[in-house]
Amino acid sequence: MTSVDFSHKAVEMVDVVKKFGDFTANDRISLTVHRGEVHALLGENGAGKTTLMNCLYGLYHPTEGTIRINGETVVISDPNAAIRHGIGMVHQHFKLVEPFTVAENIVLGREPVKALGVLDLAEAERRVAEISDRYGLRVDPQAKIEDISVGSQQRVEILKALYRGAEILILDEPTAVLTPGEIKELIAIVRNLTREGKSIIIITHKLHEIKQVADFCTIIRRGVFIDRVEVAAVTEQELASKMVGRDVSFSVPKQEAQRGAVALTVDNLEVLDNRGIAAVDGLDLELHYGEILGIAGVDGNGQSELVEALMGLRPPAAGRIMLAGHDISGETPRRIIGRHMCAIHEDRQKRGLVLEFDIAENLILESYQSSPFSARGVLNHKEIYRFSDRCVETFDIRPRQSALVAKALSGGNQQKVIIAREVSKNPDILIASQPTRGLDVGAIEYVHKALVEQRDNGKAVLLISFELEEILTVADRIAVIFEGKIIGVLDSADADENKVGLLMAGGTQ
Amino acid sequence: MSTPGNSLKDKFLQGALSITLMSILFGFLLGGIILLVTGFNPLEAYGVILKGIFSRPKYVSYVIIYSTPLIITGLSVAFALRTGLFNIGAEGQYIMGALAAAAAGYYLKLPIVLHVFAAVGLAVLAAGVWGGLAGWFKARFGVNEVISTIMLNWTALYISNWATTIPSFGRQGTGKTYAVQGTAQIDILGQWKRTPEGIAFLREHPMLWDVLKSPVNLGFVFALVLAFLVWYILNKTTLGYELRAVGYNPHAAEAGGISVKRSIVVSMAISGALAGAAGAFQVLGVSHRIATLAIMEGYGFDGIAVSLIGNNSGPGCVFAGLLFGALKYGGSKIQDVMGAPTEVINIMIGIIIFFVAMPKLIRMILTWKQRRRLN
Repeated sequence: MTSVDFSHKAVEMVDVVKKFGDFTANDRISLTVHRGEVHALLGENGAGKTTLMNCLYGLYHPTEGTIRINGETVVISDPNAAIRHGIGMVHQHFKLVEPFTVAENIVLGREPVKALGVLDLAEAERRVAEISDRYGLRVDPQAKIEDISVGSQQRVEILKALYRGAEILILDEPTAVLTPGEIKELIAIVRNLTREGKSIIIITHKLHEIKQVADFCTIIRRGVFIDRVEVAAVTEQELASKMVGRDVSFSVPKQEAQRGAVALTVDNLEVLDNRGIAAVDGLDLELHYGEILGIAGVDGNGQSELVEALMGLRPPAAGRIMLAGHDISGETPRRIIGRHMCAIHEDRQKRGLVLEFDIAENLILESYQSSPFSARGVLNHKEIYRFSDRCVETFDIRPRQSALVAKALSGGNQQKVIIAREVSKNPDILIASQPTRGLDVGAIEYVHKALVEQRDNGKAVLLISFELEEILTVADRIAVIFEGKIIGVLDSADADENKVGLLMAGGTQ
Repeated sequence: MSTPGNSLKDKFLQGALSITLMSILFGFLLGGIILLVTGFNPLEAYGVILKGIFSRPKYVSYVIIYSTPLIITGLSVAFALRTGLFNIGAEGQYIMGALAAAAAGYYLKLPIVLHVFAAVGLAVLAAGVWGGLAGWFKARFGVNEVISTIMLNWTALYISNWATTIPSFGRQGTGKTYAVQGTAQIDILGQWKRTPEGIAFLREHPMLWDVLKSPVNLGFVFALVLAFLVWYILNKTTLGYELRAVGYNPHAAEAGGISVKRSIVVSMAISGALAGAAGAFQVLGVSHRIATLAIMEGYGFDGIAVSLIGNNSGPGCVFAGLLFGALKYGGSKIQDVMGAPTEVINIMIGIIIFFVAMPKLIRMILTWKQRRRLN
C-alpha cells in the first residue's frame, strides 16, 4: 500500500458536529484522508458513520465544523456541489434505473448528445468502455441493469461516480451485498483506483476487510471520535474493542454437541425459483436434535429456495420433507410453524418484520391468534404489551419501548426482535438464514450465543450463511450446498477454510 | 432523520391532521382566486355557502343526508386501502347494494324493522360478493384490483339498468322502479309527517317542520356505527391485525402464517359490503327506488376522495364526508344566488385532495418559517 501521498490532503473534516434537534449524531468528529489513500470509517450500527459521510456528500449540512477539500475550505450545499468538488458516493442501496442499460445509467444526467438533443448512445458506450478499461472495472455497457449481478451493479455505481469526475469516492457498506468472490474483485478495484490517485473512504463494520484493504482507519462510537489508527499497526481484536468499547470475543464459547435423534429429513427435494429453474435440485439433508448444522455455500446456490420450501412459502416440485414422521412439503406456513419449526429469514425487512408495526405487534406475528394475545378474535393489548415488555427486557432490545415502530430500530435491534419472537416460541427446530447479515460484531456475538443456547437446550438448529467464517465458528456439522445439492458433509472438527472453500466452489474432496 | 419533538406544536407540524387542515385552507384560498378571476366576490360566495349550510335547520339536515353515503363509501375505500388494496369499485358495489335493497324492499313482505334488516342484509351480501369477486380475481389469478373493479363497476351499472326494465319491478316508461314498501323505509317519521295529525303538530313546531321537510333518515346513525366498526375491526381484532399486516408487508405476513390470499378476498368483501350498505341506506332512506342510470352517480368515486381526506381512518371519514357533503350542498347555492359556477366547488375539492396527496409540500410550507428563523 504505497500509493498514499502524504503531502496532499484530499479531505479534511475538522470538528464536525451534526445535530438533529436535541440528538447529536456527530459530536466534533475529525477525519483526514490523503490522496491515494483507502480510509476506513469504522463504527457500530447507528454510530454516526453514514451521517458524517452524508455531510461530506452534501445530503446533510453540518451544524458546526469545517470541511476542506484539497486544502480549500468549502461549503457543500448539495450532492451536485459535492460532485463539482470531485466527491462521489456509492450508496449501500444502489440508485440505478433497472430497465436501462449499463451505459445509459452511467451517463444519466450528463448524456452525450447529437444535434437537436438526441442521445448519442454510441458515444456514451464508447466513453463508458474507455473509463471501464482505464480502471479495470469490467462491465458490459449494453447489458440491462436488471440482468446483471449485484457485484456488476456496484461496478456500475462506481463507474457512474468516476464518469462524473470523482477523485474522492465514498463507499457505504460496499461488501454487505457481495459474495466472497465479488468482494475480492472489489478489493482489487479499490487498489487500482488508489494507484490512479483516487482517495477512497469505506464505511464498514467488517474488520477483516479493513485489514485487507485500508491504509488508515477512523473509529467512531455513538457519534464521538475514538481514534485514528494505521491499519497495519493494529490487530482485528484491537479494532473491535475500540469500536464496541469493550473486549469482544470472536470465538463462540460452546461445549461439545450432545447430538440426539433425527429432527428433520429432507429427501431428494426439488424447488423451482421464480424463473422456473430448479434452484434446489435433488437435495438430501438430515438434521439432528442438539446440533447446529451449518449450510455453507456461495449466494445463489439454492439456499433461499430451500428455506422457503422448508417453511411452506414455496411449494416443492418434488421430494419429501419429513418432520416428526409427517411429510410437511406443501403444507401452509401456519401449519409448519404449528409443528414447532420456526425460521429467522434472510431478509429481515422483507420476510421478518412488518416495519410499520410496533415492536409488540411484530413480536406476536406468529401467535396473535392464540391465547393470551387474543380471545374469540379480539386482541388483548394488555397481554400483548406485557409480553413485549418482557421480551424487550430479556432480549435487550433497544430502545426499551414496545410501542416503537420497527422501522425506527437499528438493524441489530430489528434482528433481536425477530430472534425474540422465534426463540420465545421455543421451537424444536430453528432455521436461521443469514442471521447476522449487516450486523456489527456486538450484535453478531449476541445472535451466535442465542443459536448455541438453542442447541444446548436440545433443539435442532439449521444455520445458513454465506460467511464461511460464521459457519466454521458456530456449526457442529457443515453441509456444503452447490447448485442446489448438498455435495459434502463434514464434521466441523475436521473442517477448515480450504476444505470447505473447495467444496463451495464445486470441487470434490 | 426527522426532528424528534414531543411538544404539541411539533406534533401538529408533523401530523396528518395539520396537513389535512392546511390542504382545506389552500383549497378555499385557490377556490377564492378562481372565483375572483371569473368575476365574483369570493367572500360573498363563501358567505352564501356558509349560509346555505347553517342558516336553516333544513339545510343542516340536507348536509347530513348528502354526507351519509359519502361517509360510508369513504369507509369502504379506507378499509381496503389499509389492507394495501385500492378499491376503485366502491361505485359498482354501491350500485349492487342499492339494487339489492330496492328489490328486497319492494318484493319481500316483512314486518317493520325486520324488513329493513333483511333489505340491508341482502344489499351487504350482494355488494360483499361483488367486492369479494375482485379480491378473488386478484388472489387466484393475479388480476390487479384496479382493473377488475373498474370492469365490475360497468357490469354492475348494466345489471342495475337491466333490472329496472323487468316488468314487475320497473314502472314502464319512467325508467324507475316501484318504491320500496313503507316497512323497509328508514325515514324518520316518514309516514307520520304526511298524516293530518302530523301536519297539525308540525305547524306548531316550525323548527321540527323545517327539518322534516328534508328526507331525514337513520342512515347517518348507521354511518356512525359503521365508522366505529371499521375502527374497531382494524385496530382491535385479529382480523384487522391480519389485514393490516398484509397491507404493510405481505411477505412478512405470509412468513408469519397469515394467508395473504384469504386476506385479500376478505378485505375486498368487507370493503364491498360497506359500499353496498351506503347504497342500501340511500335507497331505503332517500330515493326509495333505483332508476336507470346513463352514467354512474359517483358516490363510490367520491368515497376515494373522502378516504384520502380522512386519512383512511374511521373517524376521519366521518369528518371528511361531512365536509364533502357540506361543500356539495352549500356550494350548489352560489349558482342560484350569484350565478357563479358550482364547478368551483369541485375544483376546490380537487385542490384539497391534491394537497393532501402532497404532504411533503405542506410540511415544507409549515416548517419554512421555522427554518428561516434558524438560518
